[in-house]
Amino acid sequence: MEILACVRRVPDTSENEIELNSAANDIQREDLVYSVNEPDNYAVEEALQIVGRIGGNVTVVTVGGEEDEEVLRREMAMGANQGVLLSDETFSGSDGKGIATILKAFVQKGHYDLILTGVQAEDGSAQVGGMLAALLDYPFASLVNSIEILDGGKLKISREIEGGTKEINEIDLPCVLSIQTGINEPRYVGMRGIRQVASVNIPTFAGPDLGIDASAVGEAAAKVKREDYFVPALGKGAEMLQGSREEIAEKLVQLLKDKGGLK
Amino acid sequence: MLLEVIQAAARTAYWLDPGQALFIITHILGLTCFSFIVTKRLIPLLRGEHDYRLDRPLSRLRRLLKYWLGQWKHPRYLTAGTIHLFIFAGFILLAIRAFALLILGASRNFAIPGLYGRASALYGLTTDYAATIVLIAVIVAAVRRAVFKPARYAVPAKYGKGHTGDAIFLLALIGILMVADSLFEATKSAGLSQPGQGVEYASVLSLPWMLKSALGAIPLSSQQNLHFSASFAHAVTFYFLLCYRPFGIQFHVETSLFNIYFAKLNRGTVKPVKWGVADEHIDQVKSFGVKNFEDFTWKHMLDFYSCADCGRCSDNCPANTVGRPLSPRFLTIKARDYSFQHYPVLGKANNTNNKKPLIGGIYSADEIWSCTTCGACEEECPLLVEYIDKIVDLRRGMIDEGNVPQTLQKPLKSLESRGNPYGKMEKKRADWANASEFQQACNVKILDGNNRAETLYFADSITSYDDRIQKIGRATARILDYAGEDFGILGAAEKDSGHEVRRFGEELLFMALRDHNVAAIKESGVRRIVTADPHAYNALKNDYKNVPPMEHISQFIARQVRAGNIRLKQVEDRNNVYTYHDPCYLGRHNQIYDDPRNVLDAIPGLKRVEMKRSRDRSFCCGGGGLMLFYEPKEEQRMGVKRVQMAVEAGANVIVTACPYCMVNLEDAIKVAGLEGKMGAIDLAELVEQHIVRASPVRQCAEVVRTTQQECAMASAAQRDGIRA
Repeated sequence: MEILACVRRVPDTSENEIELNSAANDIQREDLVYSVNEPDNYAVEEALQIVGRIGGNVTVVTVGGEEDEEVLRREMAMGANQGVLLSDETFSGSDGKGIATILKAFVQKGHYDLILTGVQAEDGSAQVGGMLAALLDYPFASLVNSIEILDGGKLKISREIEGGTKEINEIDLPCVLSIQTGINEPRYVGMRGIRQVASVNIPTFAGPDLGIDASAVGEAAAKVKREDYFVPALGKGAEMLQGSREEIAEKLVQLLKDKGGLK
Repeated sequence: MLLEVIQAAARTAYWLDPGQALFIITHILGLTCFSFIVTKRLIPLLRGEHDYRLDRPLSRLRRLLKYWLGQWKHPRYLTAGTIHLFIFAGFILLAIRAFALLILGASRNFAIPGLYGRASALYGLTTDYAATIVLIAVIVAAVRRAVFKPARYAVPAKYGKGHTGDAIFLLALIGILMVADSLFEATKSAGLSQPGQGVEYASVLSLPWMLKSALGAIPLSSQQNLHFSASFAHAVTFYFLLCYRPFGIQFHVETSLFNIYFAKLNRGTVKPVKWGVADEHIDQVKSFGVKNFEDFTWKHMLDFYSCADCGRCSDNCPANTVGRPLSPRFLTIKARDYSFQHYPVLGKANNTNNKKPLIGGIYSADEIWSCTTCGACEEECPLLVEYIDKIVDLRRGMIDEGNVPQTLQKPLKSLESRGNPYGKMEKKRADWANASEFQQACNVKILDGNNRAETLYFADSITSYDDRIQKIGRATARILDYAGEDFGILGAAEKDSGHEVRRFGEELLFMALRDHNVAAIKESGVRRIVTADPHAYNALKNDYKNVPPMEHISQFIARQVRAGNIRLKQVEDRNNVYTYHDPCYLGRHNQIYDDPRNVLDAIPGLKRVEMKRSRDRSFCCGGGGLMLFYEPKEEQRMGVKRVQMAVEAGANVIVTACPYCMVNLEDAIKVAGLEGKMGAIDLAELVEQHIVRASPVRQCAEVVRTTQQECAMASAAQRDGIRA
């Protein structure tokens, strides 16, 4: 099976102290460290596991600049067969639809049976997967937390819905799935793996290579524009449970029951 | 024994010919079988990885004398150790005779060099007693095994069936050997055509003596038959044992000599990924770590053969004690079983059909991550079997395959991008020293090129970033300051020492951290390094190369107390009973046991007790570094167990000298419900509380203005103060 996994490089929320810049239109980007968007990493792991079971290839693609090669290499160190960078000045400032448009152009250059995205980017809005499917006119399922390959070009997938309930669907290939974290346990990528792919050539495609109309992407074409960033005002502090250990435990269980955490 | 058999056979007319032929056939058959089996057993070793164990022959010889001939570790378990000492001594004494016999098979006139006449008779006397003592020892050992059943010999169901039967069978064979030997000796005069030749001593109360007395009445012909049967039974049992031992726990009789000679010499270190490959060529290594059995080094395979199944390692292993899925004993036994199965004595070696990788095959991932590398197993093993290097090698294999628990992946990634496992910003690494109140009292220099210092305080990650542990950092800085040390820290230029990174198998990340730190330390121009973190201490001392000399803060304090530069006042709370918990990487791995204790004892009025498990038998608190991120499957926390040991010792304050011990023990006190009844404090914190502020040097300088005599009196008073 030919699988395409779309990934993105994001500031790692666990390793940065995210603060707004003085103009309050972006976060402070000095001293940030980046990593693969976490749900995307699960998508790549899932692709690798599928290929491990039934054979095929995993291609990892990202839209961005030279600095984004880092995440492609990390996913290649994980086991992806190749990484592709879609990079063009005209791409910058694209909104979700713009990114989906760029990806669609790349998808149509090849033959992919299955396209995976992370459920959302940590700095994004969970829209590229769905839009890409729509632009390609492929079936789409979101929040996928298990994939089973059926005969006859079909998949059996389960989706996580509110309250942790699972919904099982059958979906035709080719399709686009947005992958929920927890679908698998992504393998570790060590320094050695990264070093081994450090000098592998990463093909780069620009707008003209993909036949993309420059007016359909980039800042000018974006219909969603970020206006402001703000940190919400601090709400009421945490509720401290009082009493003996047993009383606290009892109150906690009651609270969890009331909020639906326990049944 | 056999030597005499052949001599006797040559002189005894009526069974000379068939006897001699029978014995020669037995010798040839026995030796051929043994050589064949040992050759087969050597095959996996030849397929194993390289291991350089031929260096420093004198150090190795010294260890051989101490641990092999001297049986140094055995008395740590007094009963079993004593029994073993007797059996071992008996074997050594009897072995000389056995070797002589083998040579005599070829040369009838051979005699043990130096053993003629009186000496020979004396040797005979000694071996008579040796055989008797060995017999008594094996009976006691068998009774222990069969009746008293010490818990450490038990085999948990998941590891298969018990080994008691095999152990008793082997002991019985030794017993038969001794009885046959004694019977042979007892009937010797009957077997000789000219009885009573040479000098003879009666080995009163020995088994041969008793047998001789008992058999004196039976006819000569029966004695001769007995003599022949005894010698033949002895020969057969001897060769049967020789050939049977390589199939089980008694192979150590043959391998121990080599295992101890080739044992690891450098404490606190970890073996390289591949012996003989320089760091700069590490990228050329095709596969990292141990994934298949053949990835073990030949020495590690020899370890598997050498294990005597005594269970001391697992008896002391904290992971095993708290129910983690790890038992060092079975780490070895399982590998040995694998080796015997895949490299059988009969049949083709390494049947590839059912060959599985070790992880998922004989070991589970959790088993291998469960080890805290505390070193209790290695400290205990009488045969110097190595465990930590194997665990690290297995982890290297798992890291290489990406098989790493999710909880460890984040900290490893953060170590790569931020140089600490918490993902904190590099620029905040020196914040602990910049807290305004502290800064006023003690200004810590940051050696960033603008500042220079003699001594570097290498804080490491947990001290730099953990709120609780920062206090240990500040106490350490204050002590250095009081002692008048010209010191500084690296601040943002310091990265994690990588101590656990290496021990968790991520060698290349460790190398990157090490290289960064070594460059930063060189750049700083310091001449000494001090740390309060035993893990950092061990990394910089034993893992890094070419860095200035290391000192742990406990050594520094002890030195300064001895020199009179640090003076300690009366203990603040006289009701407290303190106990010192030895951190693994200060104690076992670096042998620093006395300095911290001496420092505690230098606090006047401090009451200190020892826990049952202390010094080299210290019980790990739960592990440091990345181990804090690992979620083990266990029945109980190691720390809780340790805190209970402190309660048993009658202490109400545990003093330790390691930030990770502090984290684990403080948590454990809460988990054990002992808050308010038990406390934990770092040695540096305790010393800082009790330090007499003005340094003696300065004090002395003030006094010197009056008279020199008064100054001398003042120093004497200070020394008395320390002693009190």
